[in-house]
Amino acid sequence: MDLNFRRLHLRTWLLLPVIVILGPLGNVLLSKGMKGVGAEMTWAPSEAVAIFVRIFTSGYIWLGIASLVTFFLIYMLMLTWADYSYVQPASALSYAVVSLLGYFWLGETVPPMRWLGIGIICAGVLIIVGTPHRTGHEMVHGAGTGTGADSDLRGTTKL
Amino acid sequence: MREFLLLMAVVFLGTGGELCMTRAMRSVGEFGEFRLAALWRFVGRAIQSGWMWLGLVMMTVAFFSLLGMLSIDNVSFVVPVTALNYAIGASGASLFLGEHVSKQRWMGVAVVCIGVTVVWLSKR
Repeated sequence: MDLNFRRLHLRTWLLLPVIVILGPLGNVLLSKGMKGVGAEMTWAPSEAVAIFVRIFTSGYIWLGIASLVTFFLIYMLMLTWADYSYVQPASALSYAVVSLLGYFWLGETVPPMRWLGIGIICAGVLIIVGTPHRTGHEMVHGAGTGTGADSDLRGTTKL
Repeated sequence: MREFLLLMAVVFLGTGGELCMTRAMRSVGEFGEFRLAALWRFVGRAIQSGWMWLGLVMMTVAFFSLLGMLSIDNVSFVVPVTALNYAIGASGASLFLGEHVSKQRWMGVAVVCIGVTVVWLSKR
């Protein structure tokens, strides 16, 4: 096996768990920050400036944003050498990982019905990812992320 | 009701913003020259597009709506329900960008919608 290929393969395997963790971690940090910032606020327009200041002086919010930006950069970098269809299913796993982090780290209550729903969402995303999609030059496997037009900063997910 | 409105803002404005940006990027043309000067020229052309700015505004509002949702609900609820953006994205790509969306992808979108409904009902 070519040495360069093996190096890239190893790099993919090392970075894949990193992006599976970083995206959900960013969302969990944003959640932790927002629970501290805005839980008691009414979100009235007159409070807009105060809310804005409190959001952007929260360490958790900045850590969350940093985590999501790092996730996005690594994700984009990986796409320069790894197949889209190989990297993309990570987005399906992120729904499960974010719930696990919420449950174990933030102590959230996750009822069985929600776990079931999350499992169905993961299955749906995997079906979408498995469909062929057209690039500018050829048909390849793997689908768009959030938009289907191909997105991804998303959503939540992603900034 | 407030959560529902925020969710709609997250998925519609977030996805709408991405679609506007996609449209803007397509009007600018393909980025094929991986050099810093070329990148700056490309960004310069992109920010002249109205779609780009509209997309940025929509995505910014979507981000703050997401923060609003996270201040009210658990992250294990908020993030999974935002998967609804797959449905809005597929519809938008088909209607707004004229892309072909395969039957299998629509099936995946339907499964995601069922999952989002189950997660939403888990809160009741």
